[in-house]
Amino acid sequence: MKITYTDALVIGGGLAGLRAATGIKQRGHDVILLSLVPPKRSHSAAAQGGMQASLGNTIKGDGDNEDVHFEDTVKGSDWGADQDVVRMFVNTAPKAIRELAAWGVPWTRVTRGDRQVVINAEKVTITESDEAHGLINARDFGGTKKWRTCYTSDGTGHSMLFAMDNKAHEEKIEVRERMEAMSLIHENGRCYGAVARNLMTGELVAYIAKTTTIATGGYGRIYAISTNAVICQGMGQAIALETGVATLGNMEAIQFHPTAIVPVGILTTEGCRGDGGILRDVDGYRFMPDYEPEKKELASRDVVSRRMTEHIRKGKGVKSRYGDHLWLDITILGRAHIEKNLREVKEICESFLGIDPAVDWIPVRPTQHYSMGGIRTDHRGESRTLKGLFSCGEAACWDMHGFNRLGGNSVAETVVSGMLCAEFISDYCDSPESNIDISTQTISKFINAEQEKLENFLKPKENGEQAYMLRHAMENIMMEKVGIFRNGDDLQKAVDELKALLVRSKNIVVKTQSLAANPELFNAYRVQRMLKLALCTAKGALARTESRGAHSREDFPQRDDQNWLKRTLATWMNEDDIEPTLSYEDLDIKSMELPPGFRGYGKDMTNHHEDTQSRTDEVEEIREKMTQEGKSRFEIQNALMSYCDKLPPVYQGKNERLTERFDEQ
Amino acid sequence: MSNSNNETNERVLKISVLRSDPNIEGYKPHVETFEVVEAPGMTLFIALNDIREFSDNSLKFDFVCRAGICGSCSMLINGKPGLACRTLTKNMDEHIMLAPLPLFELIGDLSIYTGKWMDGMSERLETWIHTKEEKEIDIKRIEEKMEPSLADEIYETDRCIECGCCVAGCGTILMRENFVGAVGMNKVARYLIDPRDKRTDEEYYELVGDEDGVFGCMSLLGCEDVCPKELSLQSKIAYLRRKMVEMRNK
Repeated sequence: MKITYTDALVIGGGLAGLRAATGIKQRGHDVILLSLVPPKRSHSAAAQGGMQASLGNTIKGDGDNEDVHFEDTVKGSDWGADQDVVRMFVNTAPKAIRELAAWGVPWTRVTRGDRQVVINAEKVTITESDEAHGLINARDFGGTKKWRTCYTSDGTGHSMLFAMDNKAHEEKIEVRERMEAMSLIHENGRCYGAVARNLMTGELVAYIAKTTTIATGGYGRIYAISTNAVICQGMGQAIALETGVATLGNMEAIQFHPTAIVPVGILTTEGCRGDGGILRDVDGYRFMPDYEPEKKELASRDVVSRRMTEHIRKGKGVKSRYGDHLWLDITILGRAHIEKNLREVKEICESFLGIDPAVDWIPVRPTQHYSMGGIRTDHRGESRTLKGLFSCGEAACWDMHGFNRLGGNSVAETVVSGMLCAEFISDYCDSPESNIDISTQTISKFINAEQEKLENFLKPKENGEQAYMLRHAMENIMMEKVGIFRNGDDLQKAVDELKALLVRSKNIVVKTQSLAANPELFNAYRVQRMLKLALCTAKGALARTESRGAHSREDFPQRDDQNWLKRTLATWMNEDDIEPTLSYEDLDIKSMELPPGFRGYGKDMTNHHEDTQSRTDEVEEIREKMTQEGKSRFEIQNALMSYCDKLPPVYQGKNERLTERFDEQ
Repeated sequence: MSNSNNETNERVLKISVLRSDPNIEGYKPHVETFEVVEAPGMTLFIALNDIREFSDNSLKFDFVCRAGICGSCSMLINGKPGLACRTLTKNMDEHIMLAPLPLFELIGDLSIYTGKWMDGMSERLETWIHTKEEKEIDIKRIEEKMEPSLADEIYETDRCIECGCCVAGCGTILMRENFVGAVGMNKVARYLIDPRDKRTDEEYYELVGDEDGVFGCMSLLGCEDVCPKELSLQSKIAYLRRKMVEMRNK
């Protein structure tokens, strides 16, 4: 039995995991990071578009600050987000981006003077100031009031991930590549680490740690067509779920990105539309202004995806053998702009479609893209039910995105949550309560259970099931019945069919007789786990009889704050269960800085909560009174919803801007 | 086939794979050929998954992003290093030969352990920003300025995805096993032009001013020919060499 002891175990080597591990190490704790792939291959690298942080350097970001970023994020979430968490996030994002600048990310910079940009399909000249020259630039993205999305040419995620991994090398973080966490070791409501499997040799190792952090990204691959990397199968969420103690939050909150290419589902960045690209239908007609006259192509992602689907349903899609699609037109941006700022898009068009986007329109359709749901944690990133288990990044639901995430907020979240979690984890490791007393007998019980499961797959079985077939069936159910538009009948069928698949998956047989590097084997156990996540998603969607953010019920088109301003929690109570147990957690309007309101898309159909009006009046009153008294925006914010104490001391404090210089205050 | 279609003139691709499994004692490496019905827009990513799902569940290969940005799926495609996910079958002859990228530790079939090699290179060349300042930067203050054109230039060298194609396409490394390869020299060039890195020219010379660095390169430039990101490796190596010669002559 191989056991390795450390202070902090981090599972997942993308931006969130690397940033958390780096912070923990800098605080003087030992840390081991497990990753399915070399960390630089993580899905974080795929974020082409950018990272939101309210620096306000570009003239189009003038007047931006934490307050505007906060409001955009909460509205974008359709009021599902935890507002304390959003405040913590928007205040830390500028710090995160400045730290990354120091660590080597070659952020695209502002150039003084005139610059031609495309806004609403027209060429416009903007003039950047002298004092902004050389500071970090930003572009426009959907659902934001200001140009706030900072970027590195066309490879933001790539350059961030490489800088972060290089930093981890500098800090001598112990990274164990091609290691898959198979189960969490836990006893009496306390997590003690994980059993991990070496994907090259098959060896099982127990990592015992004071804290265990899951940063494994999303679970998009439960859908047939997803922009996610093939490793985004949700195994982090699944092993947390399988403890029967940790809970998953809002698993039904799934985002579809408007512009993935057809058929393969590779993403073309929101930067295409942010920089001025438009959507066209089968007749070449620009249809978005008809649906969303104000925001047009730059409405929130969930809104654009639904409008596109609606338009296709009206028969305005372009027919293809892979189903109907629409066109993304970036030809108006010009070749020079495309080859510099959207080169990744150009490469994707050339390599996967054989077209030139400076001349041709790109075939696109809404495609599964992001998992708002994940391991439910408090604002510190720790599970509320399993002590010592932390989670950050897309894997977690702490809950910053509610029911819809804004573009540019995901890579920002990975880094910010990694920074904050590292402090909370380190505080915990410093405290006496983090001491662990787990017997080797318990550890061996967990290792043996995994060993037994793996060996069992290889045994001959009567009517043994093929894991790939079950997986295809699941992916199609999710796509067809738990997609962009949902309804009770289809969701019920989805739950029933997924349950049947889960039962069948217990009889999966693996023919390739190897416990070492064996793709048939890892596919087998992952399919069983993905089915559980699919059931959490489908059952949560069936139960939620309202429409909120990306969760859109045709049979319940209203957002129903009176009954559904709450977070879904999914638990897998017993190993033999064939569906999760759902429970709910209310959001408290009385403590909200921004009480529920109208998001500004389509017609307001909200069934408001009884507390909304009184809290709205209260907030307005405080704001008015304090403004009259000449109080600063910080003082007003603090009076409405005090959150600063929740931040680790090292990250408390204001952010400097050109319009808010420290020496002038 | 998962996506059968009605086209009449579909080709049947014959994909030959060099199979191996170091974990199984006595396993003899051999070439195995699979037939796949070609589909429109098919890449080697789609074809290989098709084989694994419908013909042989045990076939080992590595894909992550399947969009040409993560560098996981580098392999020898008809003898030349390249990214499988970005290779469209329609541009190829119907018989395709695939083998794992040489020089890296073999995991099995087309799967290789590039991470270990790249980590070694990163640690040796210390591929991170060396600040040498006692004082931490204050992340609450406005960031340091950088000329926009310089930021763009750094990004150009930073686009490397560490796929290993340049290493597999390198003639020098066959003779000098500790050669840093184009990937390593490109990284050094990247930090050399970055004003945030405070390493001196002497320190860089220590890193690559020898036969395992710039002076070992035979300038065959197979690296530039096979780089899937089309990085200008030749100019970076030349730049570094000029810089190091200047140093040596000081």
